[in-house]
Amino acid sequence: MPSLLFCGPKMAACGIVISIWGVIMLAMLGIFFSAKSAVLIEDVPFTEEDIRNDKNPPQNIYGLYNQVGINCFIAAGIYVAVGAVSLCQVRLNKRQEYMVT
Amino acid sequence: MGELFRSEEMTLAQLFLQSEAAYCCVSELGEIGMVQFRDLNPDVNVFQRKFVNEVRRCEEMDRKLRFVEKEIKKANIPIVDTGENPEVPFPRDMIDLEATFEKLENELKEINTNQEALKKNFLELTELKHILRRTQQFFDEMEDPSLLEESSTLIDPSEPNRGAPLRLGFVAGVIGRERIPTFERMLWRVCRGNVFLRQADIEDPLEDPTTGDQVHKSVFIIFFQGDQLKNRVKKICEGFRATLYPCPETPQERKEMLAGVNARIEDLQMVLNQTEDHRQRVLQAAAKTVRVWFIKVRKMKAIYHTLNLCNIDVTQKCLIAEVWCPVSDLDSIQFALRRGTEKSGSTVPSILNRMQTKQTPPTYNKTNKFTSGFQNIVDAYGIGSYREINPAPYTIITFPFLFAVMFGDLGHGTLMTCAALYLVLRESRLMAQKNDNEMFSMVFAGRYIILLMGIFSIYTGIIYNDCFSKSLNVFGSGWSVRPMFDARLGGNWTFDTLEGNKVLQLDPTIDGVFKGPYPIGIDPIWNIATNKLTFLNSFKMKMSIILGVIHMLFGVSLSLFNHLYFKKPLNIYLGFIPEIVFMASLFGYLAILIFYKWFSYDASTSKDAPSLLIAFINMFLFNYNDPSNKPLYRGQMAIQSLLVIIALACVPCMLIVKTLVLRRQHLWRKNLGTQNFGGIRVGNGPTEDEAEIIQHDQLSQHSEEEPERCLLSTAVKAHEEEEFNFGDVAVNQAIHTIEYCLGCISNTASYLRLWALSLAHAQLSEVLWSMVMHIGLSSRSFGGFFLLAIVFYFFAVLTVAILLIMEGLSAFLHALRLHWVEFQNKFYSGQGFKFLPFTFESILDGRFED
Repeated sequence: MPSLLFCGPKMAACGIVISIWGVIMLAMLGIFFSAKSAVLIEDVPFTEEDIRNDKNPPQNIYGLYNQVGINCFIAAGIYVAVGAVSLCQVRLNKRQEYMVT
Repeated sequence: MGELFRSEEMTLAQLFLQSEAAYCCVSELGEIGMVQFRDLNPDVNVFQRKFVNEVRRCEEMDRKLRFVEKEIKKANIPIVDTGENPEVPFPRDMIDLEATFEKLENELKEINTNQEALKKNFLELTELKHILRRTQQFFDEMEDPSLLEESSTLIDPSEPNRGAPLRLGFVAGVIGRERIPTFERMLWRVCRGNVFLRQADIEDPLEDPTTGDQVHKSVFIIFFQGDQLKNRVKKICEGFRATLYPCPETPQERKEMLAGVNARIEDLQMVLNQTEDHRQRVLQAAAKTVRVWFIKVRKMKAIYHTLNLCNIDVTQKCLIAEVWCPVSDLDSIQFALRRGTEKSGSTVPSILNRMQTKQTPPTYNKTNKFTSGFQNIVDAYGIGSYREINPAPYTIITFPFLFAVMFGDLGHGTLMTCAALYLVLRESRLMAQKNDNEMFSMVFAGRYIILLMGIFSIYTGIIYNDCFSKSLNVFGSGWSVRPMFDARLGGNWTFDTLEGNKVLQLDPTIDGVFKGPYPIGIDPIWNIATNKLTFLNSFKMKMSIILGVIHMLFGVSLSLFNHLYFKKPLNIYLGFIPEIVFMASLFGYLAILIFYKWFSYDASTSKDAPSLLIAFINMFLFNYNDPSNKPLYRGQMAIQSLLVIIALACVPCMLIVKTLVLRRQHLWRKNLGTQNFGGIRVGNGPTEDEAEIIQHDQLSQHSEEEPERCLLSTAVKAHEEEEFNFGDVAVNQAIHTIEYCLGCISNTASYLRLWALSLAHAQLSEVLWSMVMHIGLSSRSFGGFFLLAIVFYFFAVLTVAILLIMEGLSAFLHALRLHWVEFQNKFYSGQGFKFLPFTFESILDGRFED
């Protein structure tokens, strides 16, 4: 059976830590972007036209907010996947340890 | 916790140990680790002491065990560590242990020599095998007629001795591969090109029997003519440490020899395997107990070392030891002595006798796993003098707090707390792992400090309203733009104003623009304001001054408790009081002014608010008619002038008055004179009441309930004995005063580092967000999430590396400095020496140093 193990115990632990942090922080960012937090306006990629050519202000800006928020949620999802893979690796590493000893 | 405020009260005690019970008693004392033995024969060298023989035997056993351990490690067998604490063996068991180790060592050595001999044999045979194989090829080539044809044509076809081949001699051997080029050149030069060298590499590496290394070797064969050349060639081979083997000339013989060699190699291999198995078995058995043996032997050695420090009674019946021990643990020491006596079967109990002494006892602060980290911070600066106020309990709170002021960020604080929580919650498991990594063990030792630093950082992060450089808007900002457009309220903005200006300033005097402060911390709206730094800098600078002044005043107050405890009234009246008045009237006043300014000016009057810095400078210059800086309150001139004069008046108090008073006291005491009545010196006071016994004879027994009085008398005696040098005292006092007064100014300025570092930290995290995280967030397409996931990884790594580790270290360093220099020099002399009890703990941990 080909081994699915591709990273060592330290790398896997690192992956788990970073994915927990990533999931929490990116999900929070997603929530804040969806809530149109004013503090995050600097990170919203709007241009001069978005403000000028807005028939129903501030819907254009809100649209951008939502889009960045969705990006954040998806990135959080990616980190959920990374965390799951890392967890599997940790398990596999443990099993291998038992097998050796 | 109570014992943390001052170091333990110590006492010098004499132990009378019966010589047959001494060993057991000392071993029990080592188990509890509460006493520090003093060397009673410092002028006797190591080889003249009583138990030197036993120490030597222990050392010999230790050496044998180290040999065994080295062999075990070489064989890659794990040493079993069960964590058990074996009892110290009795002295009579020493012979058994010695015999065991002797047997083990001899066995191992025998195995090793046998194995080495066998391996050497094996190597020789293998080399011979290779030689026979390779040379066979060379000879085959030589006899190949086609090759012969070719070579003979090359030489000369008309050579007369053609067909009658020369009798060529040859030697064959094996040489290290890296020596081949020089070997070849040497042969060529010495034999002037008259020899013919063929060589071939042996593919598989051979094992060197002495070192166990893998070496690559080559087989060579040299053809030559004549005896002289033969001798030369042999000498060169010797010089190059090549091994020569006899090689039969005819193919038939060679074939036979090869068969014989192969058979012998097989036999030898079998014997070698058996030897190796036996060795493994012996080592595995040893690996199970080697740790216990080590501990036993080292404990014994430590005991004999300690016994060597004791004095031997004239009757040779008992050993006398002098020990420092904490008064509070006398009971447990007595108990340990009783246990030791019982164990040894002796009927005469060991006696512990407290002694009175004039020597300074060692400083011993009892710590637990939580306080030890903070005590280490204090001890790194200097071990406290005996019974001096210990700054460690205050450091537990102030250190993480000052750190957090410089490290204020909710996000980073949370990360740090999580890391520290991991270390704290898994501490028993991590401790059992015994990680040897120096960096890790340092962090692990400071896990409770880091935990507190993290928690305090979360707090200051909430106050600064900073989380990865972004603010959290929980309660809603108190600022509003809308009234600025309302002409009825006084707002004068229109949409044209917005078109025309890039940056606009809100006017808090207009009703409704500023609805009141944010419930906790900084208003989140400042995070996106362009004048954020101006606002925050002013706040943080004032905050640093206030914290600094409080911290230093607290330090000066602690010196009061030192003076009270050591009964130095002069230091209170002419040291502590002028010091605290000086600082409070200058910098305490400044702190009060800061609060006053915060409370007494609001949005409508802030235009007229005077600058604190200018006001403070003018206070020293007595300059009160500066038109640009209005007074803060009525009567400011009188109060400020009074404060400056009081502060200046404190300087001569410390500088001159104290010296003069000291001199007067000295003269007064000298004039009284003292008389010596049979070992008791009595000072005559002016009246009978003031007469006191100043010095007892050294051997006289003091009553136990008056230790303070004895301390006092020693102090007085020391004072009397040393020559009162007016110049010295005056210079000393002058230096102290100048240092304190100038120090007040520079130390207050030094606390501004709180502001500087918190500014640096906030700016660095903002840069990290806008340079890294911003890239990931600000993509307009839906594919941005992929970029965001990658960018977040870099953001996380950089946050940990730069903001947590680098910035954390720098803030830690500055907090350390603020404690050591600015706080502790107000009260802490740190001139004691540490209590180093005799304990087996370090032996158990596997650390061992003499």
